[in-house]
Amino acid sequence: MENLRLVRNIQLGVKNLLLHKLRSFLTMLGIVFGVASVIAMLSIGEGASKSALDEIRRLGSSNIILQSKKPVEDEAVTNRRSMMSIYGLTYEDERRIARTFDAVERTAPAKIIRKEARLGDRALELRIVGTTPEWFDLVARPVAAGRVLLPRDVHAVSNVVVLTEFGARKVLATRDSIGENLQIAGNSFEVIGIVQSDSGQGGSIQTPDQQVDAYIPINVARERFGDMVFRMTTGSFERETVELHQLIVQVQSNDEVEAVAAGIDAMMKHFHKKTDYDISVPLALLQQAEATKRTYNIVLGSIASISLLVGGIGIMNIMLASVTERTREIGVRRAIGARKRQIIVQFLIETIVLSTTGGFIGILIGLAIPWAVTVFAGMPTVVTGLSLGLSVGISMAVGVIFGLYPAIRAANLDPIEALRHE
Amino acid sequence: MAVLDSAQSTVVQLEDVHKTYIMGDEKVHALAGVTISFEEGIFCSIMGPSGSGKSTMLNLLGCLDRPTSGIFILAGQDVATMNDDQLSDFRLRHLGFIFQSFNLIPQLTVRENIELPLFYLGWEKEESAARAEELADRVGLLDRLNHRPTELSGGQQQRVAVARSLSNDPQIILADEPTGNLDTATGEQIMSMLIDLNAQGKTILMVTHEPEVAAHTQRRVHMRDGLIERIEED
Repeated sequence: MENLRLVRNIQLGVKNLLLHKLRSFLTMLGIVFGVASVIAMLSIGEGASKSALDEIRRLGSSNIILQSKKPVEDEAVTNRRSMMSIYGLTYEDERRIARTFDAVERTAPAKIIRKEARLGDRALELRIVGTTPEWFDLVARPVAAGRVLLPRDVHAVSNVVVLTEFGARKVLATRDSIGENLQIAGNSFEVIGIVQSDSGQGGSIQTPDQQVDAYIPINVARERFGDMVFRMTTGSFERETVELHQLIVQVQSNDEVEAVAAGIDAMMKHFHKKTDYDISVPLALLQQAEATKRTYNIVLGSIASISLLVGGIGIMNIMLASVTERTREIGVRRAIGARKRQIIVQFLIETIVLSTTGGFIGILIGLAIPWAVTVFAGMPTVVTGLSLGLSVGISMAVGVIFGLYPAIRAANLDPIEALRHE
Repeated sequence: MAVLDSAQSTVVQLEDVHKTYIMGDEKVHALAGVTISFEEGIFCSIMGPSGSGKSTMLNLLGCLDRPTSGIFILAGQDVATMNDDQLSDFRLRHLGFIFQSFNLIPQLTVRENIELPLFYLGWEKEESAARAEELADRVGLLDRLNHRPTELSGGQQQRVAVARSLSNDPQIILADEPTGNLDTATGEQIMSMLIDLNAQGKTILMVTHEPEVAAHTQRRVHMRDGLIERIEED
């Protein structure tokens, strides 16, 4: 019986709203735009932060990344004609870190040298990365052909090289090139595999322009090319000795990342007189990015809620007018025997119908906007279920909150006065 | 009437009923100690000049208002002490209203207007539809069920109002100048309809200021200054 009455009350509400189509529609607009802007803003914000978060997440949340950095003091000195600078991470650093911290799962060093490589008659300057097999576990690089470095390559000190897709294409290496010899600075390396290029945009933490990377065992790199790099620029001659350019430290669990990072930093400070390294913790960056995202969402959300508030006030305004307009109807209903509560329910249902209808139209528009932004502006957008649920909830709540006062006012009208109302 | 004393049983009883309004600093005694009773099955009119208290009387009888003091028993129940919800329920179950300006709800059809009390009584759709058709037939508007009040003449609207007042099968029908907005011929039609209803056993209490209309009723209560001046009986 109660359900029946509710259904009929809803029918009655719809009927009353359809009686003034234009007015109802205009009243709804506030909610429509409010909901649409909540969804659109959140999805654009979500999309923007998602790509940033993905970037960081790809670095591995349980990793700590150390990088060699030319100390600031050295910069000034190198301005002299000829100079040799020694800085950066050392093989000893790696051993020390692995030995000292129990929480460290494994480490992957990288030694980076730029050399010209030649395959047949094609030549290209490649970024030669001397590393260990572990590196491929820590940095996701799907294999396109052949295989990656294996421990036996390191043990045997074999001249083998794994190319990245992009670099491979440049030197016209294909699937069939596996087994062929790549000449790097006069040394012959057997191509054993091709891995996919990193899809991420350049300039990320561990390796800039990694598209043209060529991976060789670290001990081979050390043996063939040494630690010293000569660089000749106009009028100056520079020698640099860097043992390791990068060191990825994987920690057993995310909880220990921060502590281990702090420990490594303290240890490094002790053994390095100059600040010739950088420590970055993807997890910390991730947390920071997430915090930024939250702030962003709150700001956007607040702006959108203001439009919802305005929409709600619009609804209240119209409902108050409607109550005045329908005073006699209220009087008749009360005289016939409607309780106050039933009058409240009747008017409340009307505002809820109004605001939820507005909410649903708003959702449709709110879904269309991110779609258009993605299609026409190429910006990533993510519509979350949460923002949809939130909008529906908010629009219903707006209906209840802003409908309650007019409804109570209607119910509290004196039936005698209401019947006499002209 | 099967029961012998049914014509004699009292359905409305007022004893020393006062109704006082405070307007500014002044107290207005709309009813200044009214004692009267109405028997079941009576057709009674309440007359008097404006300010005589007849409207206040009708509001009290219609349970739209409560007396300031005095005893007020309606259909065996003490109405004076009821709260708002109880009064609503009482009106819903025991009373029917007919107004001077018809007071049909404009956005509802004739059928929906007649069904309105049944909606609040929680009747099932089929039963209430059948009841609406039966009553529309009784007032001769079966072919107008799906029309809106604005599409009907004044007389037809008042017939819809009569049908609506009957849908909950009330014990008492309260009529407030039911012919006031109608021309004489149409007014006569409505009056004869009320007379028929009364003949079928309905108690009808009617406020009017037209002596010709009041002449149709069995008893005429004349009011003045919040008191009963005289009672005429046929």
